[in-house]
Amino acid sequence: MTSRIFGSGIRRREDPRLITGQATYTDDIKLQHMAYAAIKRSPHAHARIRSVDTSAALSAPGVVAVYTGADTDGVLNPIPCAWVVPDSDVKTVPHPAIAKDVVRYVGDAVAVVVAESRYQAEDAIDLINVDYETLPAVVNPEAAMQDGAPQLHEDAPNNQAFHWVASGGDTDAAFSSAEVVVRETIIQQKLIPNAIEPRSAVATWLSATGELTLWSSSQNPHICRFVTFLVTGVPEHKIRVIAPEVGGGFGSKTPIYADEMIACFCSMRLGRPVKWTETRSENYQATIHGRDHVEYVELAATREGKITGLRTKVYAAMGAYLSTAATGIPTILHGLIYAGTYDIPNVKADIYGVFTTTTPVDLYRGAGRPEATFLLERLVNLLADELGLDPVEVRRRNLIPKFEDGHDVAMGITYDSGDYELTLDMALEHVNYQQLREEQARLRESNQYMGIGVTCYCEICGLGPSQVAHAVGFGAGLWESATIRFHPTGTVNIFVGTSPHGQGEETTFAQILSDELGVAVDDIEVIHGDTDTTPQGWGTYGSRTTAVGGVAVALAARKIRDKGKALAAHLLEAAEADIEYEDGKFFVRGSPDQSKTIQDIALMANLAYDMPEGMEPGLEASAFYDPPNFTYPFGTHVAVVMVDPENGHIELRSYLAVDDCGPQINPVIVAGQVHGGVVQGAGQALWEGAVYDDNGQLLTGSMMDYALPRAHMLPDIETLSTVTPSPHNPLGVKGIGETGTIASTITIYNAVLDALKPLGVTHLDMPLTSEKVWRAIHQRG
Amino acid sequence: MYAAEFDYHKASSVAEAIQMLGQYPDAKLLAGGHSLLPMLKMRLANPTALIDIGGISELKGITVNDGTVTIGALTTHQEIAASQDIQNACMVVAEAAEGIGDPQVRNRGTIGGNVVHSDPASDWPTVLTALNARFVIQGPGGITHRATRTVNASDFFKGLFETDLKENEVLTAIEVPRLNSNQLAEYAKMAHPASFYAVVGASVVITVENDRCTAASIAVGGMVPNPIRASSVESALVGQQLNAESVRAAADLVANDLSGSLMGDFYASADYRKAMAAVETRHALMHAIGLAHH
Ligand SMILES: Cc1cc2nc3c(=O)[nH]c(=O)nc-3n(C[C@H](O)[C@H](O)[C@H](O)COP(=O)(O)OP(=O)(O)OC[C@H]3O[C@@H](n4cnc5c(N)ncnc54)[C@H](O)[C@@H]3O)c2cc1C
Repeated sequence: MTSRIFGSGIRRREDPRLITGQATYTDDIKLQHMAYAAIKRSPHAHARIRSVDTSAALSAPGVVAVYTGADTDGVLNPIPCAWVVPDSDVKTVPHPAIAKDVVRYVGDAVAVVVAESRYQAEDAIDLINVDYETLPAVVNPEAAMQDGAPQLHEDAPNNQAFHWVASGGDTDAAFSSAEVVVRETIIQQKLIPNAIEPRSAVATWLSATGELTLWSSSQNPHICRFVTFLVTGVPEHKIRVIAPEVGGGFGSKTPIYADEMIACFCSMRLGRPVKWTETRSENYQATIHGRDHVEYVELAATREGKITGLRTKVYAAMGAYLSTAATGIPTILHGLIYAGTYDIPNVKADIYGVFTTTTPVDLYRGAGRPEATFLLERLVNLLADELGLDPVEVRRRNLIPKFEDGHDVAMGITYDSGDYELTLDMALEHVNYQQLREEQARLRESNQYMGIGVTCYCEICGLGPSQVAHAVGFGAGLWESATIRFHPTGTVNIFVGTSPHGQGEETTFAQILSDELGVAVDDIEVIHGDTDTTPQGWGTYGSRTTAVGGVAVALAARKIRDKGKALAAHLLEAAEADIEYEDGKFFVRGSPDQSKTIQDIALMANLAYDMPEGMEPGLEASAFYDPPNFTYPFGTHVAVVMVDPENGHIELRSYLAVDDCGPQINPVIVAGQVHGGVVQGAGQALWEGAVYDDNGQLLTGSMMDYALPRAHMLPDIETLSTVTPSPHNPLGVKGIGETGTIASTITIYNAVLDALKPLGVTHLDMPLTSEKVWRAIHQRG
Repeated sequence: MYAAEFDYHKASSVAEAIQMLGQYPDAKLLAGGHSLLPMLKMRLANPTALIDIGGISELKGITVNDGTVTIGALTTHQEIAASQDIQNACMVVAEAAEGIGDPQVRNRGTIGGNVVHSDPASDWPTVLTALNARFVIQGPGGITHRATRTVNASDFFKGLFETDLKENEVLTAIEVPRLNSNQLAEYAKMAHPASFYAVVGASVVITVENDRCTAASIAVGGMVPNPIRASSVESALVGQQLNAESVRAAADLVANDLSGSLMGDFYASADYRKAMAAVETRHALMHAIGLAHH
C-alpha cells in the first residue's frame, strides 16, 4: 500500500459532537406522553420488609402509579447472572428487580413511583412508608464467611457464593521445598466506577404490536436485549435496545440492572413511555462497584531469586447479589493471569466468592487483572527485599523470554506473543533507572523520601474465543460482527455489534476500512448501539472491541474486495485472476490505466445494469469473527513518588508507561486510553475507596467524600511503546483499554512503599491517604 | 438529587430581603447557592421559600479606605482572588480565595454565604479570625437589637453551622483591617482530596519590628466547629527573632490550644488533625517569613 492511515494519529471523529453538546444521551430522549420513574431505595443494608404503605404517594400530585415487589413478583423474572463459573458450586441466588421480603444493601429497590414529572416522582418517594425490621449487616467478605455472620441468602450457607480453585504444577510441593517464602495480606478496597453520565433508561411498550423499545446507557445492547427477554418474557425479536451516546462506563454499564427492567415493567403496565435516570447518589449506591478482595498471598523462590511458586487464598466480595459477570472476575479474569510476565511453574488460586450486604460488585476497568498484577508485583518486591536484591533484578531473573507465537503457562492458558525484556529495558533507559536510584540515596541522606516503582505486567483481554467463553461458564458468545454497506455514491456505513462509548472506534474502525478499501475516512460512518440496525454482537468491554470487532471490520472489507475484483474483471473485460487491487483501485495486471475505483464498483453494484452472470447486486458484506485466542498486551510502568513524612503527603512526581498492544491503529487514541487508565489506577492507589460503616452505610456517598483524581493531582504521564503483533488475528492488534489501570495501581503503591523503606514501613492498605502514611511512619497503630 | 418543592422570591434590596424574611417564616436567603442547594438536593434542608439576594448590588464589591478593606457579602471568591485592591491591601485574602474549591465554586460561591454557613471545613472563618475581621449585619431593628450592628470574628462564629446572625438579619459586608507594611500574613491548608475543603487550616498574621515579632494573631481551623485562636503559639512568638527553629518551637505549642475533644472522621482522625495543626501553622509561619516557597 502506498498510503496507510492505519497508524496515523488522526483526531477522534466523535469529539466535535461531544464537545459542542450535540450528542444525544439516553436522558436526552423525550417521547410523547412520557412519564418519569423514581426508585425508592432501602436506607438499610439488611432488613426484612414488614410492610410497604404507598397510599400517600399514590395520592400525591402528578403520581401515575406506585409499584412494589408485590407487583413485580411473578411478573418480572429475577435479574440473572450471566457468568456462572463451572465446578465452583455457584449459588445463583434469586435477585428480584424490586425486593419483596428482604433488602440486602443500601440502595436495594423497594418501590417505584411513576409520575408526570421527575420532581413529582421524587417528592412522592418520600411519602412511601416502608416498615423495616433491621437485620445485622456484614461488609467484609472474610468476616461474612465466619461462623455466626449474618446470613444474606437461604441458599448460600456462610454467604459463600462460590468456591473456585485452579492450579498448575505442584504448588504445595514448591512451597514445602522453597528456600524462601514471602507472604502478604492485601486488601483490594471497593471502588466506585463514576462514569460521568449516570445510568439511564427509557422504555416504551406498544401493546398493539407487542414491541418493547429500551434506550439504555449500556455497553452491550445485544446482551441487554437478551436479558430483557429473560426478565420480561417479551420475545427477542420484539425487543429493540438502543444505546445512544454513552458517557463512559468503565465496565459499570455492562451489567443489566434491575432499574432498566423496572422501567420496562412500568411502561408495559401503563402503556406509556417511562424514563428513569439515576442521580449521582443513586449511582454511588446502586451502580456496581469494583474490586473488594481480602487476599492472603504467598510466593516461593530460591535464594537466587527464581520464583518457584505462587499461591493465594482470596475472599472476593460479590455484594448482595450476583451481578451479570460477577463470578468470572475474581476467577477467570484474575487467577488465570497470576504468573504475569514471569516463568512460574507452580501456581494456585483458591478463591471464595462471598455475599456481603453491600452494592453488588462487577466489571470495573481491568476487572480481576489489576488485583492479580497487584499481588504478583507486590510479592516480587517483597522477595527482592527479603533477598536484598534490586526489585528490577528479581524481575529480570524471572521474565519469560521473547516469544512470537504462543507460550503455555502453568494455569493452562497460552499467551499469544511477548517481549517483556524489551519494554523493561526501554522503560529503565528512559527514566534512567540507575540515576534515579542514586538520586534516591542522596535524598535519603537529607531525610527526603523518594520512591521508585517498576511493574512488569501482562494481561488477558480481547475477550475472547466463544468456545472458551462457554467452557468458563460465560452465557454469551464472544465473537464480533461487522456489516459494510456501500452506497451508490461510494460512501460507506459500517454496522458493528460492538458498542463503543468513549474509546474512539468510530475513528479507528474507519481507519481500518479506509486502508482495506481505499475509502477516505470522511466517507465512512460507523453505526453502533442499536439492536435493530446492527448485527448481533456482544458489546464493548474487556478490551475486546478492536481486537475482535475491529478484525470483523477488516474481514468484511476483504469480502467486499473479493466481490469488487470479480465485478472489476467483468467491467474491464479481463480474467478475475488478472485483476489486482491497490489503494482503492482494481486494475488489470501490467496495465494500471485499465482500472476501476472502489467508487466505480460501488456505483455499478448498486445500479446493477451490467453485472456478471449470477452476481447479486449491491456492495455489502458481513463478517463474523470468533478469535482463536485472547490477546495478551504487556508492558513496563515506572512511577516516581516523593513522600513527606511530616504530613504523609504523597507527590506523584513522574509516571512512564511503556505498553505493547501490537500495531497501533491510532497512537493518539492509544495514548489517551493509557492516560485515562493510569489515572484510574492511581485513583485506587492514592485516593479512592468506598468506605462502609459496620451497619453497611456507605460513608463515601458523594463526590464530596469519594476522592477522584483531578488533573492537578497528577504529573505529566509519559507513554512509549513497542510493537509485538499478536499472531492470532489478521491485524495483529491487542487490547489497550485497561492496561493503564492494570499496571498503575501497584506501580504507584510499590513506589510509595519503596520511599518508606528506610522508615521501616512495609505494609499499608489502600488508598494511601496522608493520615495512613503518617501513622505508619510515626507508628501510631 | 432533586429538591423538594419551594417558593422563590427575588429581593432587590437589603431592606426588601429583610422584609421578606419576616414575611416568609421558613425562608432561606440564597446567595451563590453552593452550600444551600446541595443541602436542598440531598433534602437535608427543606425551606418553604428561597429569597434570592443575588441581584442586590449594594451587597457586592470591594472598597479600600484608610485602614479597612470592606468586602460586600455577595462578592464571589473569584472576585476577591482577582481584586487588585485586595492583593495590594491584604494579599492573604486573595490567596485564600484562590485556594477555595474549584473554578465553578469560586465563580458562584460568595464570602458572605460561606461565613454564614459556618462550615468547619471552610477557609474563610479561619482566615478572617486571624485577621480580626468584623462582620456587618443589618436587621429589621427592634427592642433587642439595632438595625445595623458589627460583630467581631470571635463572636460571629457560634458553633457547627451556627453564627451570631439573628432571625431576619442579613450579613451585608465583612471588614478586614488593612495590613501594615510590617505585618506578614499567610494561610496554609491541607485540602481534602475530594472537595478541596480544608481538613486543617492555619492562618497567621505577625507583626515584625527590628527583626523581632511584636504581635501575632493565629487561628486554626478544622479542630472544633469554629476556628481556634492559637494563643500559646502567639505568645511564644512575641519577642522572638523569627527563624526556622523559633517558628517550629512555637508552632508545636499549638497542641496546648487544642484541649478537649476534637473533630475527626474517616479521612482524618482527631489525632491526625491535631498533629497537622502544628504542621500547617509552621508552614504558614515559614511562608510568612519567607523561609518556604508556595
Ligand atoms: C465542591 C465544593 C467545594 C468547596 N470547597 C470549598 C473550599 O475549599 N473552601 C471553602 O471555604 N468553601 C468551599 N466550598 C463552599 C463554598 O465556598 C460556598 O460558596 C460557600 O460555602 C457558600 O457560599 P454561597 O454564596 O454559595 O452561599 P449559599 O449556598 O447561597 O448560602 C449559604 C448559607 O448562607 C446563607 N446566606 C448567604 N448569604 C447570606 C447573607 N448575605 N446574609 C445572611 N445569610 C446568608 C444562606 O441562607 C445559606 O444558609 C465548596 C463548595 C463546594 C460545592
